[in-house]
Amino acid sequence: MRVALFVTCLADTLFPSVGVATVRLLERLGHEVVFPAGQTCCGQMHVNTGYQREALPLIRRHVSVFGPYDAVVAPSGSCVGSVRHQHAMVARHAGDEDLAAAAAAVAARTYELSEFLIDVLGVEDVGAAYPHRVTYHPTCHSLRLLHVGDKPLRLLRQVRGIDLVELPAAEQCCGFGGTFALKNTETSTAMLADKMRHVLSTGAEVCTAGDSSCLMHIGGGLSRLRAGTRTVHLAEVLASTAGDPR
Amino acid sequence: MSTFLGMPSDIPHAPAGVGHLHGREPFPAAAHRALADGQLRRNLAAATATIRAKRAAVVAEVPDWEELRAAGSAIKTASMARLPELLEQLADAVTARGGRVHWARDAVEANAIVATLVRAAGADEVVKVKSMATQEIGLNEALQAAGIAAWETDLAELIVQLGRDSPSHILVPAIHRNRAEIREIFLREMGAVGRAPDPGLTDDPTALAEAARLHLRRKFLTAAVAVSGANFAVAETGTLAVVESEGNGRMCLTLPRTLITVMGIEKVLPTWRDLEVFLQLLPRSSTGERMNPYTSMWTGVTPGDGPQEFHLVLLDNGRSAVLADEVGRAALHCIRCSACLNVCPVYERTGGHAYGSVYPGPIGAILSPQLTGITGSDGDGPAGTGSNDSLPYASSLCGACYDVCPVKIDIPSILVHLRAQHVDARRTRSRLPSPEAVLMAATSWAMTDPRRWSAAQRGSRLGRLLGRRSGRISTLPPPLSAWTSSRDLPRPPPETFRQWWRRERG
Repeated sequence: MRVALFVTCLADTLFPSVGVATVRLLERLGHEVVFPAGQTCCGQMHVNTGYQREALPLIRRHVSVFGPYDAVVAPSGSCVGSVRHQHAMVARHAGDEDLAAAAAAVAARTYELSEFLIDVLGVEDVGAAYPHRVTYHPTCHSLRLLHVGDKPLRLLRQVRGIDLVELPAAEQCCGFGGTFALKNTETSTAMLADKMRHVLSTGAEVCTAGDSSCLMHIGGGLSRLRAGTRTVHLAEVLASTAGDPR
Repeated sequence: MSTFLGMPSDIPHAPAGVGHLHGREPFPAAAHRALADGQLRRNLAAATATIRAKRAAVVAEVPDWEELRAAGSAIKTASMARLPELLEQLADAVTARGGRVHWARDAVEANAIVATLVRAAGADEVVKVKSMATQEIGLNEALQAAGIAAWETDLAELIVQLGRDSPSHILVPAIHRNRAEIREIFLREMGAVGRAPDPGLTDDPTALAEAARLHLRRKFLTAAVAVSGANFAVAETGTLAVVESEGNGRMCLTLPRTLITVMGIEKVLPTWRDLEVFLQLLPRSSTGERMNPYTSMWTGVTPGDGPQEFHLVLLDNGRSAVLADEVGRAALHCIRCSACLNVCPVYERTGGHAYGSVYPGPIGAILSPQLTGITGSDGDGPAGTGSNDSLPYASSLCGACYDVCPVKIDIPSILVHLRAQHVDARRTRSRLPSPEAVLMAATSWAMTDPRRWSAAQRGSRLGRLLGRRSGRISTLPPPLSAWTSSRDLPRPPPETFRQWWRRERG
């Protein structure tokens, strides 16, 4: 299957290893990955901060760049959530019904990584090996916007050597929320403090999730505390093998 | 917002300076104090966790819960679509059954109507059933100014009133208080306004409830006028409904000679049958009970039984303005269950007072600013005017509120919609763009072209100079200093993903 990678602006810039892992994983499973170079950003930050006018050209670009592909995969529940739930809405709000229709069509072919692996490829065991104690944080948008349910956990349970431990109060937000982390930084930090407390209570070496943004938040807090627990994206765990550990 | 022929061009919002729809400062400033209050944090975490678990358990046992939510949403949507017609039908039915209907454009009018009615009844005190609408309009203060004492009879509202405090939760107004604090308030305040508790009062919940019971019993038996809100009104029959847990509502609704009900116009339902849906949704969502202990319904006046005079005050106070907004109007579907408060990670940590309004939490963050109007200000106006503009941002958009809402209000989407209204209003208000607006425009410009975007990414490589030794960035200049106040940033990697792709696959 030919898959277009929507790497997301955050992974592209700050976490390229997440994009690399997604490519390695999908190729290992026998699929062709292409990277449409015209892609930039889905515009979620602009929409969620109130700047729909500024988001519109980004949405137009995203829709035209990914329009030609049968399957678009992103290692982010949040960005896929924006594509599915915001693109057509913003286009309609701006009075551009054609763009809204095109955006809806792209959205219908866009998948978050765990959805794509389980729902489209029908695979749970991706042949990964990751000999570490790991806890999984279900990110808000993957959980409540995309309803990925336990798909990431089903994938993780098949990983060789993994010691998967349950995260207490897993479904509570980590406090990132995009510009919320800046505009309401104290409330965001209070939420982060509780999330870190729960992560550390598991004794895990690694906290994993399907979104680089939430991981940047949790990881940023853990790093500040020198807590000794690191954050690793789900794609990197699943890409890891005995011969090519990550 | 779309306009059509016959729609007034400027629908009034709730007036400033009366009632309790906004605080004195923007949310982040109010949250700052709340977050530092360890006792508040503990009280809230324990209480919301308890209610959350109760709700989850009783909702899980209803096989058609999702169908009920869909029905609740559909009934509310249909009712809002013909609200004027339903309100006239309700008014006619109430009048036909011996009640009197009063129309109040805003808080000022509603307060004046109630004060006049109480005086006409020859009373100088009223007993009150817990009511969000009367809190919204500041009725107690208005009555006090008119020389009329208003006694709250709901236990938590009594605690709040005696403590000269304000409610911090829709359903559990004293959720920020623990039992030791409640004992102190009762011992200190109750004697001055009624029956003093036993000086040996303990903080045992049963003892506290008994002290309140004895205090309130006198009020019920002497008051000539009661004031209530309404959970629902049925247009076809003219029936009003109040659901409650303590029986204080039943006392107020049946004992005094005169009953005055203040109801937001959005509470009306078309038919009696519609109650079936909401009386299942509400108790499970709010108190986590299968059924609430008391459901009182009354239709006009029944000679020789209950109040012999009944007044219904229909309150707008900004609701028509909310109704005119195609996206935002769903906020009017709210049945005040407060399930969204109990699951909200922001509310759980800041409590209700940080929201400034009687409507806190996620629903408050979409309702309060719509009722008072989005101003485009930064919330630093006199006496906190415009502070509600900060509320749509008081959310991480985690979506937990939408999941539990019994009438499926898409709160996150409305929050995003209101943020856009705030940004647009600010553009209209000031020609000088905010630093944020400049940043958003600049990133949009850069990201609209992959070459510009690559250049911007190369610029961010400069960040590699920071954190060279430690591999992490711990201090950044404003506005990113808000991030590094509590979190590190990773040192930018030596190459972006697209550089890697070009190198490996290009």
